[in-house]
Amino acid sequence: MSETGIASLRAGLQSAGISDGTPMRYSAFRLFAEALRGHRGWRPAWRDPEPQAEYDTLVIGGGGHGLATAHYLASRYGAQRVAVLEKGWIGGGNVGRNTTIVRSNYLLDGNEPFYEYSLKLWEGLEQDLNYNAMFSQRGILNLYHSDSQRDAYIRRGNAMKLHGADAALVGAEGVRAMYPWLNFDNARFPIQGGLLQRRAGTARHDAVAWGYARAADRRGVDILQNCEVTGLQIEGGRITGVDTARGPIRARKVGVAVAGSSSRVMAMAGLRLPVESHVLQAFVTEGLKPLIDGVVTFGAGHFYVSQSDKGGLVFGGDIDGYNSYAQRGNLPVVEDVIEGGMAIMPAIGRARLLRMWGGVMDMSMDGSPIIDRTPVEGLYFNGGWCYGGFKATPASGMAFAHLLATDEPHPTATAFRLDRFRRGFPIDEKGAGAQPNLH
Amino acid sequence: MIIHHPLLGPRDAQEFTVLGDASLIDRPDGMAEGAPDAFDSYLHLRDNPAGTHRELWYHEAGDRSWLVVTRDTRTHEVMQVELARDVALAAGRGR
Ligand SMILES: Cc1cc2nc3c(=O)[nH]c(=O)nc-3n(C[C@H](O)[C@H](O)[C@H](O)COP(=O)(O)OP(=O)(O)OC[C@H]3O[C@@H](n4cnc5c(N)ncnc54)[C@H](O)[C@@H]3O)c2cc1C
Repeated sequence: MSETGIASLRAGLQSAGISDGTPMRYSAFRLFAEALRGHRGWRPAWRDPEPQAEYDTLVIGGGGHGLATAHYLASRYGAQRVAVLEKGWIGGGNVGRNTTIVRSNYLLDGNEPFYEYSLKLWEGLEQDLNYNAMFSQRGILNLYHSDSQRDAYIRRGNAMKLHGADAALVGAEGVRAMYPWLNFDNARFPIQGGLLQRRAGTARHDAVAWGYARAADRRGVDILQNCEVTGLQIEGGRITGVDTARGPIRARKVGVAVAGSSSRVMAMAGLRLPVESHVLQAFVTEGLKPLIDGVVTFGAGHFYVSQSDKGGLVFGGDIDGYNSYAQRGNLPVVEDVIEGGMAIMPAIGRARLLRMWGGVMDMSMDGSPIIDRTPVEGLYFNGGWCYGGFKATPASGMAFAHLLATDEPHPTATAFRLDRFRRGFPIDEKGAGAQPNLH
Repeated sequence: MIIHHPLLGPRDAQEFTVLGDASLIDRPDGMAEGAPDAFDSYLHLRDNPAGTHRELWYHEAGDRSWLVVTRDTRTHEVMQVELARDVALAAGRGR
C-alpha cells in the first residue's frame, strides 16, 4: 500500500474514533501500517548515547535488576545523571534466560515481606512502565507428596498470609480438577495435594528488561551497552569512578548488579563474596495446544513447568552443582530434569525439545540475596539472587535505588546484609547450611 | 565431564558430588588468635574465579575418595585430578 493509502486509512480510522494517537507509539493501526511497508518505520525504543565523563550514579549491569534500579532512581528518588553500564547488550544475561516464574511463596521473615512487596510492584508494573510485560497471574501450584510435606506447606502458607500474601491449600481432588493429566498414583510419590498461590504467575522476561530500559531512558538515564567495566577506581577507601571498554567514567556512587559475574566485578575492589557462580539450565518444547494454564512444581524431585503463550512447555530443575561461568550445562542434569518431568507428567515424553540453554547464577551461602553497602565508601552491591531473582526484579530495583539514594536499606530489605553470615544471621530457606550448591 | 580418577581411571562426573573450593582443606586453627575472622572467611567467602579453579569432589557412587579437581570454570575442561589425601599431606596436614 502506498504512503497516501496509509494516510487515508489512518484518517478514516481516526474519524471513526480509532486513533493511532500521536503520543502512542504502538497500536494495532501502527502494526498494520508497518506490516505494509516491511516494518521499516520502527525507531529504537531507547537512545544509544555516548558515555559522559562523569555521572552522579553508575549502575553496573544492564540486566533486570540494574535497569529497574535506574528506573526507580530516576522516577522515585529524583536522581539525575544516572548511567547503566552493560558489558554486552541489555537483557542478554539471566533476565533473558530465566523461566519467568514470579511468586512470593517464601517462608522466612527476612524474605517473605520483600518478595510480597515485589509481587505487588509486579501488579502495577505495566502501568508504571507503560509497557506490556505480559505479566500473567496464572497461579503456581507446589505439589506435595507426603503428610510431612503437607504440614510444611501449611506452615509456609500461614507464613505467607501473615505477610499479606495469598495462599491456599488444595487437596488431591482439587489438583485433579486443575491438572487431570498429572501422575497422581505414582507408587513412590503419589500426589496428595498442593500449595496454591493464585497471584503468582509468569511474565515475558525480555519485555521486563526492555520496559525498564525505555522508562529509564525517557527520564534521562544513559544506557551504555558494550561498555564492560574493567576496573573500579578507588582512592582512600572511596570509589571515584570506573574503567570501561568505552573509557574511564567518574562517579560518586557505583551500584553493582551483575548477577553471575558478582565475584568477578567485586574482586576489582579487592572483595571476596559469600557467592559461588553456578549454571542452571532451562528447556522449551515445540509449541503445543493449551495444556497447562499455570505453573506446577514437583515436590519430590526437581522439576517445574509452565506453558508459554507461544505454546512451548517451559521447564527446568536443579542446578548442575559445580562452579561454572560457561552459560551451558551438562547432560546428567538434563537427564535428571527430564526424569522428574516423566515422573510427574508422563505426557511430556511425547513432546519434542526445541531449545535448551544455561545461565550463570550468583548462588549465595544461604540461598538468599544481598543488597548492601560495602567496605568501600560509595560502592554498593546487589547480588546473590541464585535461581530466583527474576521475580525479585521490581523490589530489588526499588530497594537498590533506595539504598543508593538514601544510604539506608529499604524497609523490606533490611535482612539482606553482606555481613549477616559473620554475625550469624543467615536467611536459609532450605536449612542447608553454607553450601551454595545445596540451595 | 569425565573425571580422570588417579586410582580408577576415567569416571563419569555423575558419580560425584561437589563440595566446593579446595581451600576447604585448609581448616583454620580454632584456638588461634583471630579465629572468628578466619572461620568467617573459611566458611563463607570464596574466590569464585572465572578460569582455573581447584575444587573438592567426592566419589560418592564410587570408591568414596575425596579428589582435588583442577578445572576451568569457563570451559569445564578438567586439567588435573589428585587424591585430596595427597594434597593435604603435601600441605603438611596430618601424617
Ligand atoms: C535457567 C534459569 C532459570 C531461571 N528461572 C527463574 C524463575 O523462574 N524465576 C525467578 O524469579 N528467577 C529465575 N532465574 C533467576 C533470574 O533470572 C536471575 O536471578 C536474575 O535475572 C538476575 O538478575 P539480573 O536480571 O539483573 O541479571 P542479568 O540479566 O544476568 O544481568 C547482569 C548483567 O550484568 C552484566 N555484566 C556482567 N559483568 C559486567 C561488567 N564487568 N561490566 C558491565 N556489565 C557486566 C551482564 O552482561 C548482564 O547483562 C533463573 C535463572 C536461570 C539462569
